[in-house]
Amino acid sequence: MARIGVFICHCGENISSTVDVVNVADEIAKIPGVVHSVDYKYMCSDPGQTLIIEAIKEHKLTGVIVGACSPRMHEGTFRKALEVAGLNPYMCEMANLREHCSWVHEKSQKTTNKAYDLVKMLVEKVKHNESLHSIKVPVTKTALVIGGGVAGIQASLDIANAGHNVFLIEREPSIGGHMSQLSETFPTLDCSQCILTPRMVEIAQHPNITLYTYSEVEKVEGFIGNFKVTIRKKAKSLDEKACTGCGLCITKCPNKKIPNEFEQGLGNRTAIYVPFPQAVPNKPVIDKINCTYYTKGKCKICEKVCPTKAIRFDQEDELVELQIGAIVLATGFDIKKTDFFPEYGYGKYKDIIDGLQFERLASASGPTAGAIRRPSDGKEPKTIVFLACAGSRDSAKGIPYCSKICCMYTAKHAMLYQHKVHDGKAYIFYMDIRAAGKNYDEFTRRAIEEDGANYIRGRVSRIYERNGKLIVVGADTLMGAVPVEIEADMVVLATAAISSKGSEDLAQKLHVSYDQYHFFAEAHPKLKPVETNTAGIMLAGACQSPKDIPESVSAASGAASKVIGLFSNSELSRDPLIAYVNKSAPPIFSTCVGCFICESVCPYNAIGHEEIKDRDGVIIKTIAYINPSLCQGCGTCVAICRTKSIDIHGYSNKQVYTEVISLLNDI
Amino acid sequence: MKIGFYPGCSLSGTAREYNESVVAIANAFQIELITISDWNCCGATAAHNINKILSLSLPARILALAEKDGLTEIVVPCAACYNRLASAKYHLEENEELKNEVTQTIELDYTGNVQIINVIQFIEKYILNKLEKKLEKTFLQKVACYYGCLLVRPNKVLSFDREEDPLLMDNVMKKLGADSIDWAFKTECCGAGFSVSQTETVARLSGKIIEDAVLRGAEAIIVACPMCHSNLDMRRKEINNYMNTKTDIPVIYITQAIGLAIGLSEKDLGIHRHFVPVNLKMETLTENKHIIENLVKTEE
Repeated sequence: MARIGVFICHCGENISSTVDVVNVADEIAKIPGVVHSVDYKYMCSDPGQTLIIEAIKEHKLTGVIVGACSPRMHEGTFRKALEVAGLNPYMCEMANLREHCSWVHEKSQKTTNKAYDLVKMLVEKVKHNESLHSIKVPVTKTALVIGGGVAGIQASLDIANAGHNVFLIEREPSIGGHMSQLSETFPTLDCSQCILTPRMVEIAQHPNITLYTYSEVEKVEGFIGNFKVTIRKKAKSLDEKACTGCGLCITKCPNKKIPNEFEQGLGNRTAIYVPFPQAVPNKPVIDKINCTYYTKGKCKICEKVCPTKAIRFDQEDELVELQIGAIVLATGFDIKKTDFFPEYGYGKYKDIIDGLQFERLASASGPTAGAIRRPSDGKEPKTIVFLACAGSRDSAKGIPYCSKICCMYTAKHAMLYQHKVHDGKAYIFYMDIRAAGKNYDEFTRRAIEEDGANYIRGRVSRIYERNGKLIVVGADTLMGAVPVEIEADMVVLATAAISSKGSEDLAQKLHVSYDQYHFFAEAHPKLKPVETNTAGIMLAGACQSPKDIPESVSAASGAASKVIGLFSNSELSRDPLIAYVNKSAPPIFSTCVGCFICESVCPYNAIGHEEIKDRDGVIIKTIAYINPSLCQGCGTCVAICRTKSIDIHGYSNKQVYTEVISLLNDI
Repeated sequence: MKIGFYPGCSLSGTAREYNESVVAIANAFQIELITISDWNCCGATAAHNINKILSLSLPARILALAEKDGLTEIVVPCAACYNRLASAKYHLEENEELKNEVTQTIELDYTGNVQIINVIQFIEKYILNKLEKKLEKTFLQKVACYYGCLLVRPNKVLSFDREEDPLLMDNVMKKLGADSIDWAFKTECCGAGFSVSQTETVARLSGKIIEDAVLRGAEAIIVACPMCHSNLDMRRKEINNYMNTKTDIPVIYITQAIGLAIGLSEKDLGIHRHFVPVNLKMETLTENKHIIENLVKTEE
């Protein structure tokens, strides 16, 4: 005979202000099987839990209902309390009287009645609960970091330095990401490459890190601690072991006019190329789309000149399968291009460039060796206009969110420009200056006060070209919205930061949720900012939302610490609330008829076949088998099973029907 | 072929030549324009600055009358009328309560199933593919197609062409042989209704439009809006005074341009009504030329 205890929580006033909790506890006490029913102000508090533990012992309870908040909040707490009292933790059920009742209804008798019903259903359910034991799964202590920008680099190094193996994969031929393209960094103006390249070299040399560049994720299977990841290593047309990185092939390649992605199209590269001189690995790849041999079938000059015979034209993509315990997503961001803006000429004016292009112009290793020259004719621009919020915070045409980095880098651009062009004039159109960060506001003030950048608060309605000048038409809203027209030699658009190309695809491969702009979604905006809702997958850097370097690095270290924490366990426990196929005595063995429709609907590939054999090893029957370490307990197979042969521990058909029937009895 | 027609007030007043040219080209292409019976003013700028219900009821009445006449599509040549009618339709579609209130005000049934098209859409849909056969003369000039504000904005409501850089009128002019230029003031404001109260503002704004067109070598400005036309044409004296220039670049309606190209008389198209004289030299396509072209085609 069941002996059930019911504990109704006030949740301060969260529940008790709309639900008559005393009444609920009193009425529940009258249900057969309930031997103890009380209310308390904070059931989750230490005295609250003690109350439950003591009651279990005193009344020899066999099942417990806590009527409180969402089980997502405190189910774990109360299950532990049961364990302390010597009861199986899965004999605890939570009625959600807060999110499902008190928060969504007015104070009334009906609300109290609903709370009573919610508890009553579980009283009937718990009578059918069975003791369950958590499932132990081993942890593969190898991490996969996707994306080799500053966030991916930081996360990889942190995890590797803790003694774990890391696979770092990057789709471009070199790691480094956007940070390697930057000239100098705010708010200290230290050279971006100078601080990043040592880290890149560290990656290449670290004994615990395996680097796969020019590679992408093909497939992800499995679950936390036990992912199976397939990586596509795109053919570089190169034997990397034989190549010494001498660069002779690059100098001899006849195809020299391909727009250089690293230089944001401001420079050219060859078909066999290394993206930039400090690349890691510093070995070339052949761009098959532009290579003369791949397009026309003739050339092979690189093969002829290579002193170590490292060129492999017949190389094919290679698929590598990795056993991974945890994944860090660090795929970064992109920026909108200037052709997004019709009012600024749809990208047809060469001297309207984006922020990343300006970084390349200002970079000592860039196409102009750091001299500010406009792309159209190579002249030094004497008047330059910067537009903050080009596409950002513009729900009508662009994106509604703030791209976060533009205020700071625009101030930096104006500063760098003034440092390099002493007789130049820099104007900045802005909406607000958002400079929240250590030494950030001081930095923007410096741009205005010491370097003489002209900040104009207002938007630019149009830019057009006339007599070789770019006419920038805007308004100064601090001067009574007077129209402003500036004849500029060059314009830099701080275009919106958007999610990296292919983010949606990748998120779907990993079963990670993402927002409408395809930025990956964190598990909790405040308390779980570097974790995703998919256990074992963490987030680092701007793939979650636009971030600057310090923030990306902090997030990466945060994600790494979550991975290291996970790897400090030798095995993980999982909830045993999973599906199973029933078994019975011969000659039936199981009601399963082996139609395997369940196999086709399982989203986790958890269902396989089990052969039932007689003593001679002859197969009598083949039935479905649910792999307990893969099953997530979603219940799809239960619903689809034609013979009702599958059930879920903790949510059996019997338990669910009992709950429903308990409500019907009132009518 | 028949299509509903809402002329609006301007087309019976300051923009008579627009009306004449729309009717003339419709006739030439055997399109019967059926004027909505008992039509009223669209409310223009005045109504929506004063009273929201009024500003929606006036266009709604027009649309309801069109429904009553059994029309499913109406062409609205005036850009302001087009904008007001389309806006009213958009807002009534979005808000059921508003729709009920407006229906009670106008005391007519309104379902919102009449398609509203502007003159450029009308040309695109019914004339453009038949144009080549009827072409008798071609333009030799560089022209600046000027769209103004009301044809393209707000894009959310009108969803017509590219909001900041429309091209449809340019395509039509290219078919007429003209070299339509890429310029910066396609959708800039001409000053609109300030023509009366702040003529100097109009002289400045319209002056800049003309200045840019001339600077880029345009020899004619092509419009599809009566307000724009009256500011660029009728106010030319004020513009020239203000800008201290003597520009005499003519401003013609897109419908007049088509009319000229298919050989309609200047009088039928109302060309003589303009303040700035229109003297555009055109090349006549002789019959021989057609034959030669056809021969070349068949040989190919």
